Amino acid sequence: MAARDEILAKLRAAAAPAVELPDLSRFAPVTYPDLRERFAKSVIEVGGRCVFVAGSLQDELAKIPEFANARRSVSLVPGVEGNVDLTAVSDPHELNDIDFCVVPAEFGVAENGACWITDHGRANRAVCFLTQHLAIVVRDLVHNLHQAYERIQMPGRGFAMFLSGPSKTADIEQALVIGAHGARSCTVLVTS
Amino acid sequence: MTAGHPRRALQLVQNPERLHWHDQAVWFVRQKRDIARSFVPEWEELRSLASQIKAHALSRLPDYLEQFESRAKAAGAVVHWARDADEHNRIVLSLLRERGVTRLVKSKSMLTEECKLNEHLEAHGIEVVDTDLGERIVQFRREPPSHIVMPAIHLKKEEIGALFHDELGTPEGLSDPKALAEAARVHMREKFLAAQAGLTGVNFAIASTGGVVVCTNEGNADLGTSLPPLHIACMGVEKIVPSPRELAVFLRLLARSATGQPITTYTSHFHGPKPGGEMHIVIVDHGRSRILARPEFRASLKCIRCAACMNTCPVYRRSGGHSYGVTVPGPIGSVLARQRDLPPMPRKSFRAQWRDRGRAR
Repeated sequence: MAARDEILAKLRAAAAPAVELPDLSRFAPVTYPDLRERFAKSVIEVGGRCVFVAGSLQDELAKIPEFANARRSVSLVPGVEGNVDLTAVSDPHELNDIDFCVVPAEFGVAENGACWITDHGRANRAVCFLTQHLAIVVRDLVHNLHQAYERIQMPGRGFAMFLSGPSKTADIEQALVIGAHGARSCTVLVTS
Repeated sequence: MTAGHPRRALQLVQNPERLHWHDQAVWFVRQKRDIARSFVPEWEELRSLASQIKAHALSRLPDYLEQFESRAKAAGAVVHWARDADEHNRIVLSLLRERGVTRLVKSKSMLTEECKLNEHLEAHGIEVVDTDLGERIVQFRREPPSHIVMPAIHLKKEEIGALFHDELGTPEGLSDPKALAEAARVHMREKFLAAQAGLTGVNFAIASTGGVVVCTNEGNADLGTSLPPLHIACMGVEKIVPSPRELAVFLRLLARSATGQPITTYTSHFHGPKPGGEMHIVIVDHGRSRILARPEFRASLKCIRCAACMNTCPVYRRSGGHSYGVTVPGPIGSVLARQRDLPPMPRKSFRAQWRDRGRAR
């Protein structure tokens, strides 16, 4: 018998008794009186920076030293200028020297500061991980992950992620170090 | 507990200063969990929901696995099935060989530790680089992880500094965690860029969409899968959740329980390969169907590997992960290891066997 059929047959024979799937629609998770305030606090707790943008995004980005000093930058946000055109990059390895990347998120989650980012099938998603510094542009916020997954349309094919703050590690004597393999800083720009 | 545990624990137990240090280090993580849960008023309800969802998924595991397989294929992934560790290792090796891969980057996967995949691949000439910082440290030392979330928690920064001096050429005596992590970043960036394939574990597999979810803080799984053309994801059969909405329950619990974070930095959802690439998913049994058949042990398949039980356990904290001599140490590891030793389907219940054993004494 092929491995697949043998494994499935064994699991069928194991016959764990039927258990109903709990009804999550009756579950009432925590919500916050001030969504924006809670989101900003969460972003800071996970090691990020949170900025509420009143004027232009480009002006706000210019205030970030890592953006101002970036030699090579990429923007996936319409209306924000980077100096590397991602569509002209045929191999993601060429993106290793990117200093700053600006990406849009579909929404942010107040309870944990995470932003939902999708690659829309693009081949160069590596830029989000190779870049030295990252900024995320987001407008909509939800309270918690339950609301988040109610909202998410999972791509039939492709990549998507929750990203919460900069890359980090505590693997050496549990000392928190920001900037493990991915972005060394993460600024979340909340537009209105 | 496994045979020989007291003997293997001696190394730590005989060094009171180090024992205290280890105990405190692990307990510190448990305290971070307690703080994190205090911000979630529905915490116990979440745990109960998570347990029910897992019980449900286990009760319909073959159906969900078939659904997962067909959706994963529709998303462009190739699905493989492995009865045991050997078959798993053979599948991974042949995927790499067929494509001429000699350099593989891995992110953390307890399943591949369980299967001893690294040894198998290295014996066949493939360079395997564990890219989680803690895993890389123990890989340099040629030893297994001592903790499933913090693989190098048994080591002091001075020891890691000396190791990095030998392996990476960092200055002698350097022991600052930030500087050591930076050296590892530079070293591993080269490995990521040179890799021809990336292998990840799977935290959750979504039956209704055919996607897999991988959680890391460092971003190593994402670099490892977004650069090379080949992504291999290895999962035990028990990783199934019915649909994305159940993920909310588990993701709210996992990082808070593990490290006290509200969520890991990266929670990546893979549905098929990146454009122009390949994704292969290896679904592994390796004794899990046997565990499922044992009512006394079935609940152990609900484990999401947060390691909170290790951080809580006074024995683990005072004996160290290596003293257990098994892949997953600590309380849950003692359950998982023991059931592998037992005969497949006893006529008598475990409770009856235990009672009889007591009588025999």
